[in-house]
Amino acid sequence: MLAGKSVSLENVSMAFGDFVAVRDATLEIEAGEFFSFLGPSGCGKTTILRLISGFNEPTTGIVKIGGRVMAGIPANRRPTALIFQNLALFPLMKVWENVAFGLEARGVDKATRRKRAGELLELVALEGQGEKLVTQLSGGQRQRVAIARGLAVEPAVLLLDEPLSALDLKLRQKMRAELRSIQKETGVTFIYITHDQGEALTMSDRIAVMSQGRIEQVGSPDAIYRDPATAFVATFVGESNVFLGRIVEAANGVATIETRFGRLSGRNPEGLATGAEAQLVVRPERCRLATDQDPLNRLTGQSRRVDFEGSFINLVLELDDGREIVAQLTNHGEALHITPGEAVSIGFPTEAALLLEPGASTGA
Amino acid sequence: MRDVLHRFGPATGALVLGTVALWVILLVVLPQLFMIDMSLRPNLPPAARGGPDDVWSMSNYVTLFTNDLHRAIFWRTIVSAAAVTILALVVCYPVAYYLAQEVRGPTAAIFVLGLIIPFWVNEILRTFSWFLILSRNGLFNQVLMGLGITAEPLNLGGVGAVMLGMVYAYILFMVFPLYNAIESLDKNQIEAARDLGASWPRIHARVVIPHAKPGIAVGCIMTFMLAAGTVAVPQLMQALPGGTNARWFTQIIYSLFFDGGDWNAGSAYAFALLAACIVFIFVMMRLFKVGIADVAK
Repeated sequence: MLAGKSVSLENVSMAFGDFVAVRDATLEIEAGEFFSFLGPSGCGKTTILRLISGFNEPTTGIVKIGGRVMAGIPANRRPTALIFQNLALFPLMKVWENVAFGLEARGVDKATRRKRAGELLELVALEGQGEKLVTQLSGGQRQRVAIARGLAVEPAVLLLDEPLSALDLKLRQKMRAELRSIQKETGVTFIYITHDQGEALTMSDRIAVMSQGRIEQVGSPDAIYRDPATAFVATFVGESNVFLGRIVEAANGVATIETRFGRLSGRNPEGLATGAEAQLVVRPERCRLATDQDPLNRLTGQSRRVDFEGSFINLVLELDDGREIVAQLTNHGEALHITPGEAVSIGFPTEAALLLEPGASTGA
Repeated sequence: MRDVLHRFGPATGALVLGTVALWVILLVVLPQLFMIDMSLRPNLPPAARGGPDDVWSMSNYVTLFTNDLHRAIFWRTIVSAAAVTILALVVCYPVAYYLAQEVRGPTAAIFVLGLIIPFWVNEILRTFSWFLILSRNGLFNQVLMGLGITAEPLNLGGVGAVMLGMVYAYILFMVFPLYNAIESLDKNQIEAARDLGASWPRIHARVVIPHAKPGIAVGCIMTFMLAAGTVAVPQLMQALPGGTNARWFTQIIYSLFFDGGDWNAGSAYAFALLAACIVFIFVMMRLFKVGIADVAK
């Protein structure tokens, strides 16, 4: 029967020569969780996947699956299955043979293999397609064959390496929902690698955001979006307007920084002290057109563009140093009368902004 | 054909097609027809040629299958060439796999160079190096004696030595088709099979070899044709002590043409060998389920 297992990384590092792909990663993935590693390409997320699947051994640190240390156990003997980015289906085998390949490798007899493949194809909504060749299937169907093939070996952990990246947008969104429901139905731990924040945010129970081999933050999609722990997370996950300044006032979890655009206030969860350099990040959708009653957190710039997106409108302002900031305004039905070049002020509530230590990866 | 005419225009197109046709007819079709014609005629003194006795018959072919010695050598050549082919496949497959999937960059280049360099010298010289190794005072015997395995040098000639010489002489013709085929296999497929728990033999049997089939077929066809058709390698390797029993069918054809002066029987024998090779090609194509287009690639 299918059941998930926990995965834990304890101080895992991986170096290829001088290049450190993963630095001191420690985290705990629960059994039956849909967990994503999110980060730009080259951040080390695929390496983590290969360390869990057993294609590589960490330079230092321990990988455990279901509490068992995996050191020295090769890929073919770990309770994991990997879904490759390009799927790596076997083009010369029929669909059902692809699905049943893992069972074949385990010496299961043909009748049982065929039956089990049929059940799995049903699970991924491909019943009756078993006799076809993989090349006769559409992109989305191949995707599902790959998942069925992975599930056939009854893995405790299914590892997915950006498997949706080759699909078009519509199909990708459909597959997100399907992956999510397959995961819930089977209870298998899914570890999903992606550089697409949309995928990570919509599917995952929890996300680890990675940058340059480091895990920057682990948390629920909601928490990561609302309370990014670092400036990198704030800019990588969702859009953010970022301002650099020096703290002039800090009290009661709120601080104010002095920037070249005036004083801006935000939440100060890290307790940054007066005099410290800080970055203030604020999401575009928390910005609105300022009224005269907003003395604080008010920014004035020249309107550059008004991008009509349907349900919302992106208002792009150019500040006096040439930087662009974005306010995402909900479309309430009234037309927005802003002409390019016009001076516009926007504001945001103090609780919508967050103060973070300046990161190396983002300049203000 | 229409394509060529369309692409180059009528004048140039006709020239291209005409050149190819002329080449094929003059260099391939006519000589073969001439050989078939010759093979069907009796071997007559010049004066009797074109006379009443000069009529077509199958007698030259009948001779091949009634002469016990020739028939035995014919079959032995076919079987030995097939054995050379299998041996070359066994030797080359791991090399080709390693080269295509395991090594990268400069190491791979050195490997390929190492394979190619011996082929910068002539086939006869390459074979001669094995002749030296296997000769009475050669390296192999010296090693055996040095290790005390044998007191007297062994006579290493024979069918085995001929086959060894051939496997070495034709390694490249097997390695490169295999390499090309295996190299085009997505590495992820191997890792996927491994991840799904497959052992190495199963990965090769189910993933690598099926993918490499066209390459295997091409390599086998080339090696077989070369092995069945060579005169130089058996001629040389027979000069080894104990090697006189290893006559190759091509040597009989050679002696019919150049020593016996019976061009008619020689033509019949040569044509029989060609027919055997064609049969082999079709068997391989059927066996590996590849089309003529895959082989021609």
